[in-house]
Amino acid sequence: MTYSFFLLAKESRIASAVQFFLYDTPKVLMLLVLIVFLVGIIRSFFTPERTRHILSGKKESLGNVLAALLGVVTPFCSCSAVPLFIGFVTTGIPLGVTFSFLISAPMVNEVALVLLYGLFGWKVALIYLSTGLFIAIISGWIIGRLKLEKYVADWVYKTPQAKSSINSEVINWDNRIQLGLDAVKDIVGKVWPYIILGIGVGAGIHGYVPANFMASIMGKGAWWSVPLAVLIGVPMYSNAAGIIPIVQALLGKGAALGTVLAFMMSVIALSVPEMIILKKVLKPPLIAIFVAIVATGIMIVGYLFNFLF
Amino acid sequence: MKKLQILGTGCAKCKKLTEETEKAAKELGIEYSLEKITDIEKIMSFAVMSTPALVIDGIVKVAGHVPEHDVLIKLLL
Repeated sequence: MTYSFFLLAKESRIASAVQFFLYDTPKVLMLLVLIVFLVGIIRSFFTPERTRHILSGKKESLGNVLAALLGVVTPFCSCSAVPLFIGFVTTGIPLGVTFSFLISAPMVNEVALVLLYGLFGWKVALIYLSTGLFIAIISGWIIGRLKLEKYVADWVYKTPQAKSSINSEVINWDNRIQLGLDAVKDIVGKVWPYIILGIGVGAGIHGYVPANFMASIMGKGAWWSVPLAVLIGVPMYSNAAGIIPIVQALLGKGAALGTVLAFMMSVIALSVPEMIILKKVLKPPLIAIFVAIVATGIMIVGYLFNFLF
Repeated sequence: MKKLQILGTGCAKCKKLTEETEKAAKELGIEYSLEKITDIEKIMSFAVMSTPALVIDGIVKVAGHVPEHDVLIKLLL
């Protein structure tokens, strides 16, 4: 269909790129709509207040695990990171547990998870989920051990404790479905240009870059590719959905799984805008430690997967 | 005279909550004053955990989302 429509030779690079683009765009977008809708409904069961309630009074190690898991299902946007951070620490939730949540919330993204499942199969999706949680749990735990409370801005601990009785509106299934639809309108409405752009980039790589080009810079042979991928990924910012098509194209062209995963995680989990927001509540040494620990965790995951696969 | 305050650091949702609140208040024809609070320390003094938030006469009524139009109307009555 693609070929006859565009009157292109089957072998032509353009045909290959166009086919990749036309086949993947509707597939990815449809999957995205479905998942964002379902997640919108799941999230209606978890408010930040409820998550805090679950976490308060938990011991540190169990707290890290729970915080990382709750980070996945609690509605979270980076503009709420600061109030949430303060709300957590002022109720006595340990700093390390709070960080487990703050790391897992953006990094283990359910949209990315299901897109990975749809595009690469359950193995890659499961790897992404488990390593993301692992990094969040361990990084938070280390931050807790390091006793870094002195690097939290002084005014934070003087803030009155946030109440949790605000969401008194009764929520029923009609509301939940509405919330799911709102999420679709909100998220898909925002990310679709990036997805199409991402697939376009993917298509470009697919059609034009020689098949082993990526293998030489991002393949297993190059030991430095993992730290390099993280270094490039950290200042970049993209939502999880937008980065997936690029990941797909890189993998298809022979880049190693661990390297690509490291790149993806550093783009999603660490970003300059987020640091600027966090600077209001964290002193620079704590931000630096936070970035260093998470980046190290991501690199370990990268090496691990290059070793395993 | 109702004192309305919108808490938020300036994200898209905060702007939407401001618009929706003004729309609802005008529709009801009530007298009101509206203040946007963007300073994070001031926001936190209201003890909210998620933004945007709507404060009516000093009491936090909405936090973390933009409510439906009819919900806002009820809150403003």
